[in-house]
Amino acid sequence: MEFDSSSPIWLQLVGECSRRIVTGEWPAGSRLPGVRDLGVELGVNPNTVQRAMAELDRQSITVTDRTKGRFVTDDVARIDELRAQVATAHADEFVRRALGLGMTAERAVQLISNRWRAMEGESA
Amino acid sequence: MTAIEVHNLTKRYGGFAALSGLTFRLEEGNVVGLLGENGSGKTTLLKILAGVSRPFEGEVRVGGHAPGPESKAITSFLPDQSFLDDGLRIEAAAQQYADFFADFNRAKFDDLLGFFRLEPRMKLSALSKGMREKAQIALAMSREAKVFLLDEPISGVDPAARDVILRAIVRHLEPDSLVLLSTHLIADVEPVLDRVVMMRYGQVLVEGAVDDLREQHGKSVDALFREVYQWA
Repeated sequence: MEFDSSSPIWLQLVGECSRRIVTGEWPAGSRLPGVRDLGVELGVNPNTVQRAMAELDRQSITVTDRTKGRFVTDDVARIDELRAQVATAHADEFVRRALGLGMTAERAVQLISNRWRAMEGESA
Repeated sequence: MTAIEVHNLTKRYGGFAALSGLTFRLEEGNVVGLLGENGSGKTTLLKILAGVSRPFEGEVRVGGHAPGPESKAITSFLPDQSFLDDGLRIEAAAQQYADFFADFNRAKFDDLLGFFRLEPRMKLSALSKGMREKAQIALAMSREAKVFLLDEPISGVDPAARDVILRAIVRHLEPDSLVLLSTHLIADVEPVLDRVVMMRYGQVLVEGAVDDLREQHGKSVDALFREVYQWA
């Protein structure tokens, strides 16, 4: 994974893990890879992974069982909420850029529905 | 626990002070990048910590010990220059390491060889620069040491090999050990580092946790490094 240079790496890891959960790559209720394995996979320091995991726990996106390890929450509503949160962040980014280009809300919405139709069926 | 403590360390070569009143402390469980231009004192510092350079002025503690036999027993040092006999096979080099260091862990070594796709029967003279560096990293990281001192472990190897080497370093990281690695290739190592110590003219210029520095300055440590070295 490529990290952008301006924000803390642990925050970018929270983003990456959230993405994996809402896309179903890590399904609800499934067991997460260990901190060390994730560190090796992503080329990141295990302490940084640990910090990201603690944040996921804090947000109740994951739950940690002392003996069994860390799992994605089986609370589907919580995952839906996270999906909305992730999508909102992307939408905000789009709106910011559209505003920067001097677009009106109507044109931007029109553009999105056109592109939606054009791209539907493509894998994300 | 404190893994390395350096207080007011000065090292003179004749009239020239390679290290000048250096002070810092590093806790166990961290991967720390020692950053700085050529000639900033990185290698001198690592050699003193490894117990292979004396005398010096000031206080140095490695795992609570002054540099000497006790500190060396818990310190795995990978020098800048190759220290292995070209005629050896990887297998024989591992045997030398095992004979020399009581804490050499053969299982770890075999795991790392597999991770690097190296064969024990390969002769060192037949290895590319990147493969040789990997073999040396496998040896150095297979000791059950408390302190790992790696001098420029990724310089002179291609980006793909760098990536694999860095992953190998975090692969067997123990919570009670410290890895201190010097480099000038900051962008490559940044994601595996907990902290950085930036040096210039034998002194500490900036020291801190990587993610804290990124947050404070709104830029990567690599970008910060370039900036710091411009105004320093």
